[in-house]
Amino acid sequence: MIENRPLLTFVSHLLLVLGVAIVAFPVYVTFIASTHTAEEVLAAPMSMLPGGHMVENYIAVLTHGAGEATAAVGRMMVNSLVSALVIAVGKIAISLLSAFAIVYFRFPLRTLAFWMIFVTLMLPVEVRILPTYKVVSDLGMLDTYAGLTVPLIASATATFLFRQFFLTIPEELAEAARIDGAGPMRFFWDVVVPLSRPNIAALFVILFIYGWNQYLWPLLVTTREEMYTTVIGIKRMIAGGGDAATDWNLVMATAMLAMLPPVAVVILTQKWFVKGLVDSEK
Amino acid sequence: MAMEKRVRFRSWWLPYALIAPQMAVTLVFFFWPAGQALYQSLFIENAFGGDLQFVGLDNFRELFNDVHYLASFKVTALFSAAVAGLGLAISLLLAVFADRAVRGAAVYKTLLIWPYAVAPAIAAVLWMFLLNPTLGIVSWWLTRAGIEWNYVLNGGQAMLLIITAAVWKQVSYNFLFFLAGLQSIPKSLLEAAAIDGAGPARRFATIVFPLLSPTTFFLLVVNVTYAFIETFAIVDAATSGGPGQATEILVYKLYKDGFKGLDLGGSAAQSVVMIVILVTLTVVQFRYIERKVQY
Repeated sequence: MIENRPLLTFVSHLLLVLGVAIVAFPVYVTFIASTHTAEEVLAAPMSMLPGGHMVENYIAVLTHGAGEATAAVGRMMVNSLVSALVIAVGKIAISLLSAFAIVYFRFPLRTLAFWMIFVTLMLPVEVRILPTYKVVSDLGMLDTYAGLTVPLIASATATFLFRQFFLTIPEELAEAARIDGAGPMRFFWDVVVPLSRPNIAALFVILFIYGWNQYLWPLLVTTREEMYTTVIGIKRMIAGGGDAATDWNLVMATAMLAMLPPVAVVILTQKWFVKGLVDSEK
Repeated sequence: MAMEKRVRFRSWWLPYALIAPQMAVTLVFFFWPAGQALYQSLFIENAFGGDLQFVGLDNFRELFNDVHYLASFKVTALFSAAVAGLGLAISLLLAVFADRAVRGAAVYKTLLIWPYAVAPAIAAVLWMFLLNPTLGIVSWWLTRAGIEWNYVLNGGQAMLLIITAAVWKQVSYNFLFFLAGLQSIPKSLLEAAAIDGAGPARRFATIVFPLLSPTTFFLLVVNVTYAFIETFAIVDAATSGGPGQATEILVYKLYKDGFKGLDLGGSAAQSVVMIVILVTLTVVQFRYIERKVQY
């Protein structure tokens, strides 16, 4: 505190509380809607206090989904979890390996490889939808976990982050390993990976959220309901434009379930998360 | 920091094996499709499908003579400016006050960062529900306040809906970076200014904001990229580009024309235009990162 200005301090707290309230409001309303019956949600204005149907709504979506056209949300959450884990672990694994190759070896095509990885930053799936879909479909990967995950596990960001970090590992360690007769992979497993643990943890949080929240890609490659991820499931539930026929209480229960895992991960691992976010953008 | 290692391992095959998985994914799912898009942008498909006919730059010429495409550019510009402008302004305001609230800063941080973890599509659904013309609670308030609210019919209101959802989701990200930037400003500078009689507003304008400019610029690029690409999910879930073409941003039009309309050459040309825009944004961002050391 530079100087004491009680009025300004009061105003800043007031504004922050207001900001927190506005940020939280949509989620509060979502939660409230998920505890009412469909009819109660349709009564404008809907009650702003929790209703008594929370447990049955959540059980209903987890086991049966909402509307006629959707699979059980429980199944979708399993799909989301599998995709998010495979994407996070896959991105970290292949990025660790390629960064290790780029930093600790000198080989022809090294610079080319580096630039090729860099260029992927400018080619998100959104700008190459049709041809990428065709590749995945030709490979028979539609409606498979491989199709949901493998095309997304190249990662320029993670590779650069690990490369930056490897460059700070003291030269003496590699030298000592070499003198002791340890090969490169021994050095990788016994020195590089353990030293990278904080970075791996931080990246894992970011990438898990990235994987869980994927939208366009699962929308393209899943046609069978049992392969939908939770985020896609919600989109299908309100496909009619979200009119009165939509069971909003069930849609909102699904929205709560779709938000819960990534939000919990961010709040529980806040330190890693903030580090991962700030580091990976440097 | 050294850019190269002195000590290296030697093997003629191991580095290739290590880099192979990344290269395989990159080549098959990034370079091959992007190359296809580049190639197809120079062709049109015959009316009966199948055969490709080389047309040079005709697809691009057609694109830039298409009123719908130009309208989509305008929509994208408006949307991106609003998302980046509002997103940065709101999060800067919150970060400045959170930085002031010395003891509360950590608590406010926890309470403000979680929307980062909410999928853009879910953010869209939450706001759709609040602003639903028949049952939304916020629409009900607006109607009571005498505002006729129906984003399904009113293009401007549909735009407001997607801007709100996009900004709501992005504020937490910007907030974290602004707060980190503010906390790295040396307190001695601000104390010196305070002793010289500069009030909080003056200190913000002459010291804090200029010192924050690298963060602000970085976030500006990130937010514009976000508005260009990642908000696809928000548009698709909330408005599907409508009503009419009111919320049809470029990336949504690309999806609609390509995946739904199956216009091969035209959507490939749109892909190429988008890639050019992204390359520009990325180059700007990386040039800035190199210069950041000045501060």
